Amino acid sequence: MHKYNSSNIKTLEFDALIIGGGGSGMRASLELAKSGLKTAVVSKVFPTRSHTVSAQGGITCAIQSADPNDDWRWHMYDTVKGADFIGDQDAIEYMCSEGPKAVFELEHMGLPFSRFDNGRIYQRPFGGQSKDFGKGGQAARTCAAADRTGHALLHTLYQNNIKEGSNFLNEWFAVDLVKNSKNEVTGVIAFSIESGEVAYLKAQATVLATGGAGRIYASTTNALINTGDGLGMALRSGFPAQDMEMWQFHPTGIYGAGSLVTEGCRGEGGYLVNADGERFMERYAPNVKDLAGRDVVARSMVLEILEGRGCGENKDHVFLKLDHLGADVLNAKLPGICELSRTFAHVDPIYEPIPVIPTCHYMMGGTPTNVNGQAFQRLDNKDLTIPGLYAAGEAACVSVHGANRLGGNSLLDLVVFGRATGKHIQEEIKSGGGVESSSASDVDESLERLNKLNESSSGYQTAEVKRQLQTCMQNYFGVFRRGEFMKKGVEELKEIREKTDNLFVADKSAAFNTNRVEALELQNLLEVAEATAIAALERNESRGAHARDDYPDRDDENWLCHSMYDPKTKTLSKREVNFSPNQVDPFPPAVRSY
Amino acid sequence: MSKLEISLYRYNPEKDKFPYMKTYNVDKPSRDIMILDLLHLLKESDESISYRRSCREGVCGSDGMSINGKNGLACITPISSVLKGNKIELRPLPGLPVIRDLVVDMSEFYAQYEKIKPFLQNDTTAPEQERLQSPADRDKLDGLYECILCACCSTSCPSFWWNPDKFVGPAALLQAYRFLADTRDLSTDERLEDLADPFSVYRCHGIMNCVSVCPKSLNPNKAIGEIKSMLLKNKKNIIASERA
Repeated sequence: MHKYNSSNIKTLEFDALIIGGGGSGMRASLELAKSGLKTAVVSKVFPTRSHTVSAQGGITCAIQSADPNDDWRWHMYDTVKGADFIGDQDAIEYMCSEGPKAVFELEHMGLPFSRFDNGRIYQRPFGGQSKDFGKGGQAARTCAAADRTGHALLHTLYQNNIKEGSNFLNEWFAVDLVKNSKNEVTGVIAFSIESGEVAYLKAQATVLATGGAGRIYASTTNALINTGDGLGMALRSGFPAQDMEMWQFHPTGIYGAGSLVTEGCRGEGGYLVNADGERFMERYAPNVKDLAGRDVVARSMVLEILEGRGCGENKDHVFLKLDHLGADVLNAKLPGICELSRTFAHVDPIYEPIPVIPTCHYMMGGTPTNVNGQAFQRLDNKDLTIPGLYAAGEAACVSVHGANRLGGNSLLDLVVFGRATGKHIQEEIKSGGGVESSSASDVDESLERLNKLNESSSGYQTAEVKRQLQTCMQNYFGVFRRGEFMKKGVEELKEIREKTDNLFVADKSAAFNTNRVEALELQNLLEVAEATAIAALERNESRGAHARDDYPDRDDENWLCHSMYDPKTKTLSKREVNFSPNQVDPFPPAVRSY
Repeated sequence: MSKLEISLYRYNPEKDKFPYMKTYNVDKPSRDIMILDLLHLLKESDESISYRRSCREGVCGSDGMSINGKNGLACITPISSVLKGNKIELRPLPGLPVIRDLVVDMSEFYAQYEKIKPFLQNDTTAPEQERLQSPADRDKLDGLYECILCACCSTSCPSFWWNPDKFVGPAALLQAYRFLADTRDLSTDERLEDLADPFSVYRCHGIMNCVSVCPKSLNPNKAIGEIKSMLLKNKKNIIASERA
């Protein structure tokens, strides 16, 4: 195995580079494909294998189909409240007001949305949705293609990228960012998984569209590929991450398997019951019951289990009841759920309830960006954009989800901000903006991690260390958190870093070496886990998905702010939340009840 | 404890002149696990084993392979459903070039997909909102759009093995019909013209291997039948208009 350096690898030059072929990456690339700029999508899997494919229930947007009087401002209100008031209101406003355009574009591209009798797009109720700023009752705002909306969306985007002739580097793995002397980003080091060929992909703009990192937890709805590769690269390059303590636990992961059961089940009329057969959400959220925010429902489920009312032999899960909806509704509206449930829970929801448990689902934090997708760092308590670096989708923290994401807002986030990022890059490059080249030694520096793994002759086994990492995060940074436990977790992570720094890649071959890929992924997971742990330990309050036993209340005086994790010092600082939308009055913090 | 005998197709282009089958004996797991979980177990003891995987719930289409002689997705195939005695044989999808172990080169498969122009074609000015479609018209796409491009069907089809460059194959034909059936698509005639040669569609002889292996319970054979009917009808129309 020879050592790679800037003189023995190829350099491929592009205007724009998109790392990740999921929803946000392919929406950005679609925008760029039409622009004539030289673009490449670098995806470690064939694009339709990306995790967007697993999204089920839909894309939330005020398209005024189910309700002709629906208003994006109501959607904005719900999102601000759902975020427990630390979502940036300029970004939320942009997402909710631009949303309808982005959704109609998807329909025009061919996305096979389900339909109402009048031929318009079908919309279903989801948690946290209201009419008239919380005063008009439950809204139905989530546009759906049965319960396979993510699949339909991802395939439609891939199909339209084929139509526009986008350039894909499929099954290429991005290893690390390359920077120049001014700390600007000039592309990435990547290799073809199929052949092992390493290259410097040089670009004026690099977009991190690498999705989430749910695999830091032992139990997650996330695909095996969700290893936070973009965030890992950014953190290693010294760029910050925002709101990393905020991880959403989805109320209904299939017990034992982790597969997602869409919130759309409860939107269509399903509900949760405990061992006594009681519909317990009536006690926790008397108004909207099972359609409260995901954080609220997940915590209620855990409390039921902790208080001894869990179901099953070990009383360690609850049931999602759907049978009362009848076979016709289930087959028409939730066919995918029936299939998953039969395969992974061995129950047929037409006759029996599905055993479910809160399961890690979504990373609200990520690389901080503005509404144009430009990543930034902090200097003297001000945002300072990082030339050449962008992020979109789950990898980014723009921040529209704040401390808790509403169901159906992730698909909207990725099309709206994927699109915005693509548009901004075009303007930027066409107006002559760009970054200076990196030197040979800059490139060499970004090859170090890959070289070290390739040269490893002894060390720790990837699968084993990954298990330790996931167990640590699951035990100390789950649905409920406590300072003393988290301190223990942070200490354990230090030991685990020692091991991830010294992994042994036994397989030295070039072609389709998944041993190497998994080791690189584990190192990314570690970066994300550490940022999560330090941010979670520091935020001494309970807000949204971050629930502390030892600080059970929300503390607006001290913590109505974003957290900014600096990987260079491993410390946390605060960043103000944006309360300055452009078209509406800001929504002030209020008690969050459902 | 009872044992499982797993016979795994191994090939590393840098080391092996020819592919070979390697036997792994493992303790039979106490509960019924999926073939993908079994592969994870094997990989922990032999990290050189290579296969694709992503969603691990049957929606991304990464881990199609031949499992005891039948194509399927490893992540949603329980051991119990395929076990013959205590033996499981895992091979790459048949008919495509092998890159390494269970990983095949899917370029030909994807090329056929791209060939059918798998995107909605409608040059009329788009309305400000969505194009309307009745629920009945939308229902026509059910059983078609759900394809996950796993290639289990096309690589179980002898016609595709024989002519992977000329016969479109069941997966891509299912998608061809998905756009023919979509009331919003206006390129029906062009799409049919592109398929009218002796190979693209007509190499399907209806043996239905595709139907029997599809992990999403889709029916490419039926879609191919619909395309053939449309081609025939189109041909009749052309002849009629030529006579007139």
